[in-house]
Amino acid sequence: MNIYDLTIHELKEKIAAGELTPAEIKKAYADRINEVEDRVKSYVTVTDELAEQDLAEYENKKEALLAGIPIAVKDNMSTDGIKTSCGSKMLENYNPPYNATVVEKLNAAGAVIMGKTNMDEFAMGSSTENSAFFDTHNPWNLNHAPGGSSGGSAAAVAAGECAAALGSDTGGSIRQPASYCGVVGLKPTYGMVSRYGLVAFASSLDQIGPITKDVEDSAILMNVIAGHDPKDSTSIAGQKEDYTKYLKEDVSGMKIGIPEEYFNLEFDEEVKASVLAAVEKLKEAGAEVETVHMTDASYALAAYYVIAPAEASSNLARYDGVRYGLRSEQAADVSEMFTNTRHEGFGDEVKRRIMIGTYALSSGYYDAYYLKAQKVRTLIKDDFDRIFNDFDLIITPTAPSTAIELGSKSDPLEMYHTDIFTVPINIAGVPAMSVPCGFDSSEMPIGLQLIGPHFGEGKIIQAAYTLEKLLNINEKRAEL
Amino acid sequence: MIDKKDVEYAAGLAQLKLDEEEKEKYTEQIGEILNYVDKLSELDTDDVVPTAYTVPMKNVLREDQVKESLLREKSLANAPDEKDGHFRAPKIMSD
Repeated sequence: MNIYDLTIHELKEKIAAGELTPAEIKKAYADRINEVEDRVKSYVTVTDELAEQDLAEYENKKEALLAGIPIAVKDNMSTDGIKTSCGSKMLENYNPPYNATVVEKLNAAGAVIMGKTNMDEFAMGSSTENSAFFDTHNPWNLNHAPGGSSGGSAAAVAAGECAAALGSDTGGSIRQPASYCGVVGLKPTYGMVSRYGLVAFASSLDQIGPITKDVEDSAILMNVIAGHDPKDSTSIAGQKEDYTKYLKEDVSGMKIGIPEEYFNLEFDEEVKASVLAAVEKLKEAGAEVETVHMTDASYALAAYYVIAPAEASSNLARYDGVRYGLRSEQAADVSEMFTNTRHEGFGDEVKRRIMIGTYALSSGYYDAYYLKAQKVRTLIKDDFDRIFNDFDLIITPTAPSTAIELGSKSDPLEMYHTDIFTVPINIAGVPAMSVPCGFDSSEMPIGLQLIGPHFGEGKIIQAAYTLEKLLNINEKRAEL
Repeated sequence: MIDKKDVEYAAGLAQLKLDEEEKEKYTEQIGEILNYVDKLSELDTDDVVPTAYTVPMKNVLREDQVKESLLREKSLANAPDEKDGHFRAPKIMSD
């Protein structure tokens, strides 16, 4: 196996055994970026200088969890003095004056930050095609999208351009690209990971999480990034634990619910067959699997397309060309400066969502749209709570298909439907992981979604780890 | 059903400038999206309490203490225009 194919835990073992040095590892990943980046295009910015600085710190941090491990960070997480574009022209030249808490945590853990990854503008999209800069290509088939919005992070991991990456997930933006790119993506419980320094999209839904080559790495990265942060008042105190203690091959007696209403939706038959075959394996390994009934996922999708744009319209009001970001040169007065700046700085999907959100919050429509969606959110959350009274986990597909072809979906609503299985999880605030469960007839990866109750990351990790061992496909890599 | 006037109204509130072609396009697309969203009305929510955040949280308070903060120069470093330690914007009042 090549160095760039290794996982975090394998790299750590090799460093500990004296078989590899952090400098050799960093070089192997930097060489890999040089070799494949012009085809994959995962990174908006390759931060080689920063990586060298991090590497120079190794001796002081060699006991830390990620000492000498190359990590990529989605370009919506603030990095002090390093461009954080959020995939937007609005922030194309923006260098944050501080680090996001997760970046501080990566630094403290000794990580070597390789670069900032491409994404849909302001994380709004499901294919990374809404990046204002360029498309990212799926390492398994370059004509296909990597998914989104954390498409750059997922592609970078799948292509061996980093050992692991951070993504953010508002409606599926970690899990869906992880599924498309054949890697592991975890969206933690809302509030488990600090959002301080994460460029806000929809504040009640956004959550940062790991994108990794296997489940063990996901647990390691969670140990680094989870935990309360006084700088994020929505982060949860006192729930952090050692996630690596759940790396056990054991699902005996675990109760798993299979929601009939999700599997009855119209979606790719190969995906369905692969997910159900994996469920069968868990059953053979001792899990108790039962069909359950839940509210149709389309109601969650409908609620999401009110709540997320509403919060976005408010969050993105800050881009006015005054304090940072783009300012239009064409303006006679301040009002014209606002509208011209926002006209030039925002892309199509961002404008569309700002308008939906503004409309849904406007006088006369607030009750019909926003308040209604918040009430439906209660129903969806209660629905998950009800299932988790009797079950440990719920399993669904991560996405209705394998990776879509680049340029194949131009209708917004059609694109929104690629998030049908992932959106309800953000609405309910529960954690979920996408783990690879097979390949379709075109050799494209298929993802299975494990959903747990609030703070149920441990059980998710345990079941996913068991499944990974049963399926034994986690060492398969995209050929580039 | 949303019409062009609604789109113009929302764009105005959001400080967005749209050309004619965009107005037509967004009216159609946003109409389709809101049409989909209308399925929410199929659910009875009369006695349901709305949820803003999904994890139990009350008002989060802290002591009001002076702590380190960003230096003025750093805060201004990304400003499109600045003067004498302040952000500078085009004129707000007409002459």
